[in-house]
Amino acid sequence: MASVALSSLMRVEQPPLIGGGKSLGQVTVDICAPLERRAGILWWLAFLPALSLLILGVIAVAYLMVTGVGTWGLNRTVGWAFDITNFVFWIGIGHAGTLISAILFLFRQRWRTSVNRSAEAMTIFAVICAGLFPVIHMGRPWLFYWIIPYPNERGPLWVNFRSPLLWDFFAIGTYFTISLVFWYVGLIPDLATLRDRLQSGWYRRLVSFFSLGWNGACRTWQRYELVYLLLAGLATPLVVSVHSVVSTDFAVAQMPGWHATIFPPYFVAGAIFSGLAMVLTLMLLARKVMHLEDYITLRHVGAMAKLVIATSCLVGLAYAVEFFTALYSGDPYESFAFLNRALGPLNWGFAIMIACNVLIPQLLWFPQVRHRMLAVFVISILINIGMWMERFIIIAGTLERDFLPSSWSGYVPTVVEIATLLGSFGLFFTCFLLFCRFLPVIAMAEVKGVLEKGYSNHGEAR
Amino acid sequence: MNHRVYVASFATEGDLLQAIAAVRQRNWPIVEAYTPYAVHGLDHALGLSRSQLGKACFLFGLFGVVLALGFQFWASARDWPLNVGGQPWNSLPAFVPVTFEAMVLCAGLGLVLTWLIANGLYPGKQPLSIGEGETNDRFILVLGDAIPAADLNDIRSLLESHRAVSLHEREGGR
Repeated sequence: MASVALSSLMRVEQPPLIGGGKSLGQVTVDICAPLERRAGILWWLAFLPALSLLILGVIAVAYLMVTGVGTWGLNRTVGWAFDITNFVFWIGIGHAGTLISAILFLFRQRWRTSVNRSAEAMTIFAVICAGLFPVIHMGRPWLFYWIIPYPNERGPLWVNFRSPLLWDFFAIGTYFTISLVFWYVGLIPDLATLRDRLQSGWYRRLVSFFSLGWNGACRTWQRYELVYLLLAGLATPLVVSVHSVVSTDFAVAQMPGWHATIFPPYFVAGAIFSGLAMVLTLMLLARKVMHLEDYITLRHVGAMAKLVIATSCLVGLAYAVEFFTALYSGDPYESFAFLNRALGPLNWGFAIMIACNVLIPQLLWFPQVRHRMLAVFVISILINIGMWMERFIIIAGTLERDFLPSSWSGYVPTVVEIATLLGSFGLFFTCFLLFCRFLPVIAMAEVKGVLEKGYSNHGEAR
Repeated sequence: MNHRVYVASFATEGDLLQAIAAVRQRNWPIVEAYTPYAVHGLDHALGLSRSQLGKACFLFGLFGVVLALGFQFWASARDWPLNVGGQPWNSLPAFVPVTFEAMVLCAGLGLVLTWLIANGLYPGKQPLSIGEGETNDRFILVLGDAIPAADLNDIRSLLESHRAVSLHEREGGR
């Protein structure tokens, strides 16, 4: 009896996942409505700047292609800086999408249904942005396909399967493909809903083509659920492998500050941390701009804020362990690398990194902060800045000061590099806004499943 | 297929599940059920067998492992051995990441393709829809025509007692 009373008490305290007491039909109407009317002024106000940034990025990359990598601020000592920082940053952003869509699915976290569609879209666009940087960093990007082991006229000379850079290609290629497939499988039922709502037009023909003739038959749903579960099970170790492989780009090298076994888990935790911050940024924007207050509630934001605290603590712990190991190792190069990180020429970046990634997220422990959308939004942006800075410190900070003081140098980004970074944000937001405009931002079929409207009021099965 | 079916639609998954249980108790043939979202326990209620897709996924994954490991070994140790920092020709530990990624890629793509083929879904297919809001907010139950004529009134009253929102006969298959 006591446990029954307790569980009923707890149910009362937990607010419903979806606000506004929606019916199944209302969910369809609410989520399809923005797709069926013309774009609003807010959408254009977001889209035009994003498109402008994208164009700026295209110009910067075109200039790079025509002129060469010399247009960047890289030098003899610092061979990786903005480009690889941006690559690691964007790949990391993608990881939270998979966390929400796959890992939280396996943990049966039902609040994920409101955010998983857009978080997965974010993953796909972030991986596109990430993939761009290693390619344009190659001296001759048009020969990038040489990394694919195909029978060629050079022997055939195969690629070096022992190199982390090659692992990267396979990891990111697989990650992009599986994320895209996972996202699309989840979209099929919603495309069918759209198809059945629309009367005619090119958009209906397109939606109908991609809905694969879905009709919600029981047998299809049964297999769909199994496919979704298996894909989630595959995507979970995949996401861990992707950032682990990215971290081996550094950990396998001999540079002090990079050559550490902590790198794979450290990078995975950082990736999910930064990605969650980006999900929060996008969600809070979409919530306001697209009026999704009933679907993305305080409960969703609160749950994500708690994940941010957890990953922030993990990242903070990794910083501390990394520092301690270096100082305790007795290796002069290793200890110097870390003292240099905190006190050397990039110490301002180190301060930003600690403040934004470890200290500021602790504010989310307080419900007063966590329940204030503007505060969460500002913190999420600060985390993004901090996580970008972390990668920059690790990459450029380490390379600037290597073993021989005679080869030490500095690094300053050029206008072309900054324009390329801005361009990648333009690409990301252009893609995301087009997605908001043409596809259902919230997985209708999944939200309907958590409405708890399964039974009529007078039904006894409740 | 020129036979008659009986199409009942319900407003909630609970009504549909109860109606299915009652219909199966009387051994009336159920053709199909259509729902707007994945209703848990519906496959049990309809007595569907477990899907074999898990096995397909495993086999595709195994194929990916064999393919990637075999190819890396052949390319690095047989076809053109290349000395990279003195590492052994067959650097098995270094082949693990690519093998893992190939496993996930083959298992995932193979699984989805098998699923689409098993359910006969393909791009551009015209849906065999009931067209009563089964992709929106209605739960549809289709009963077959092998029902004795004497039972027709029973069906109607039974489904109505389970709060069927609409109920009618129509020509045609699924």
